Amino acid sequence: MSAVTVDHVWKFYGDFPALRDIAFQVEPGQVLALLGRNGAGKTTLLRIMAGLSRATRGKVRLFGSDCRDSANRARIGVLGHGIAVYDELSANENLQLFGRLYGLPDPAGAARQWLERTGLDRAGEARVREFSRGMRQRLAVARAFLHNPSLLLLDEPFTALDDRAIAVLQEVIRRAKREQRTLIMSTHQLREALELATHVALINRGRLAFYGERTEEMVQDPAWLYRHYGEA
Amino acid sequence: MRFLRQTFVICQKDLRAELRSKEALNASLAFSVVILLLFSFAFDPTAEQTREISGGLLWLVFAFAGALILNRSFARELANDCLDALVASPVPGSALFLGKAIANFVLLLAIEFICLPVFGVFYNVRWTTHLGALTLILVLGTWGLTVIGTMFSALTVNLRLRELMLPVLCYPIMIPCLLPAIQLSTVVIAGQPLGPDMMEGLRLLVGFDVIFTVLALALVETVLIG
Amino acid sequence: MIALAGASALIIVWVLYTIFLHVPDEKDQGAIFRIIYFHVPSAMTAAACALAAFIASLLYLWRRDLRYDAVAVSVTEGALLFGAVVLVTGMIWARIIWGIWWTWDARLTSTLVSWLMYAGYLMLRRAVEEPTERARNSAVLSIFIFPGVYITWKSIEWWRTQHPGPVLSIRSGGGMAPGMESPIYINLLALLCLAAVLAMLRYNQEKRRRELDSLRRTVHAI
Repeated sequence: MSAVTVDHVWKFYGDFPALRDIAFQVEPGQVLALLGRNGAGKTTLLRIMAGLSRATRGKVRLFGSDCRDSANRARIGVLGHGIAVYDELSANENLQLFGRLYGLPDPAGAARQWLERTGLDRAGEARVREFSRGMRQRLAVARAFLHNPSLLLLDEPFTALDDRAIAVLQEVIRRAKREQRTLIMSTHQLREALELATHVALINRGRLAFYGERTEEMVQDPAWLYRHYGEA
Repeated sequence: MRFLRQTFVICQKDLRAELRSKEALNASLAFSVVILLLFSFAFDPTAEQTREISGGLLWLVFAFAGALILNRSFARELANDCLDALVASPVPGSALFLGKAIANFVLLLAIEFICLPVFGVFYNVRWTTHLGALTLILVLGTWGLTVIGTMFSALTVNLRLRELMLPVLCYPIMIPCLLPAIQLSTVVIAGQPLGPDMMEGLRLLVGFDVIFTVLALALVETVLIG
Repeated sequence: MIALAGASALIIVWVLYTIFLHVPDEKDQGAIFRIIYFHVPSAMTAAACALAAFIASLLYLWRRDLRYDAVAVSVTEGALLFGAVVLVTGMIWARIIWGIWWTWDARLTSTLVSWLMYAGYLMLRRAVEEPTERARNSAVLSIFIFPGVYITWKSIEWWRTQHPGPVLSIRSGGGMAPGMESPIYINLLALLCLAAVLAMLRYNQEKRRRELDSLRRTVHAI
């Protein structure tokens, strides 16, 4: 059973096709780097996979069932553009809140563990409002990975991170890889993403221009893909 | 069971966030008290006049003050993109809606019970005669306002002109809830118990609450996701 | 569509001829009574348009075909137009009969509140840019408004029993002579045809607007 099956997905905004006949499969344990220019449709596709938006035609199946299935949603972790934590609550309260929403048996313990892993254990009781930007980003990572998701959807996760946050994120992703979790990552930071990826997909103007295994050539020359399959 | 638990978690989160910042709560409370006072010395109503307008005055104040709270309901999720995280979680849209609606209901009801003594003092009205009946009317009427306001808050969450659109959309639909609430409150505050001819009004309130709660629970996920 | 427009024009001309030349003056209200021949059918047409809007909205949410959305907005505008006719003719009637421009008569009040609800629908549409989101949200709003209209009528009727007030009586003395009642239904047919014509025009306009919008998005994407 594939982790993710994108089954001829189209997305229309009015009559304008933002995604055209996207079809691919991601097996468990793989790490997919989703590349493409701004406006190509990466975020649209990730949002459909995360269950935040409906495909106009076609379906996305996660672990064999529909992506909006609530059993599935407990298995997905989403890291989007916003940090998705509440400013008025403390870091600990935020993580415990999401732990309870995801039905974790020990929300407090999971919160403690992830605060340590992201280096926020000493700031756990402070309100998020008082956090620096780097701390907020690390907390976002903690929130996304908190409930041990089998599938992680990361939308441009490396963008605008400070170096400490980048290090934390890379460590968390490597740990996830070791634990055989599936990751789909859209990105502009080609080098970091291509180092971690096992497969690569390129979206160009809503169409899937390329899907295949990551090669050494891609890592050495990240722009190779765009030259061959994208636009200049 | 899980549905109720998730509803409770959302409700608790909203209440905690609001009680910490108190932004909407303070604005709403200040607004209601000021309006009550303004009307009192602008119109300087006699005891007889007050008896006639008590329900209308109170419910208009509650509706306007309520808009401040109801607007925040889904709008508070926009900062930091929290709404995406909630929708992507296993919490169904209906639990999200219900949790928020209950939190709003509690806040609005608290404001109303603070307004009542203020009203009693400045208008010289004894409102405690039929407290049980009055509480019932407040509960039914406030739930109606809350359901509509919370639902429309979800509907308008992504709009630029949200602050303007929400009242424009809400108030006409709230009228069939406000009219019976106003009429029943006026009767009860004037000291008369609810007679048989008032039962129709109660039935209207209950009908309103049931219809729109069911509709909201059914449609909120469509609004949030698509 | 031309046939419908022609039919409705002919029927209206026939009705105007009938009501001005054949139907006698009503004994209590005089000449102004003739306004009923537009007031009542407009109300029925507005109600028919509202029902059509409700059904179109349900169909849109079920099928997600933007054509149902175009139908919904077209008939809602029809409902607003004919609702406005009801309100204006009601006001004229009230002015002549009662000497006041507005009266909180149960039916007029309900029509006004319902009209405001549908006006809100149009305002919402204007505020949402993206066509699919606009269609979805306005469909949900429309589904809320329809029972809202019904329960508004019920609650205002009840409120009026608590606060008796002026009534715009259409049927004076319990019924009209047979010859006087039929133009109402004939005009109803005419107005329904007219509503259909207007809705079709609006639907075509909506279709063109969607085409333009998608062309614009395509150009921006390049």
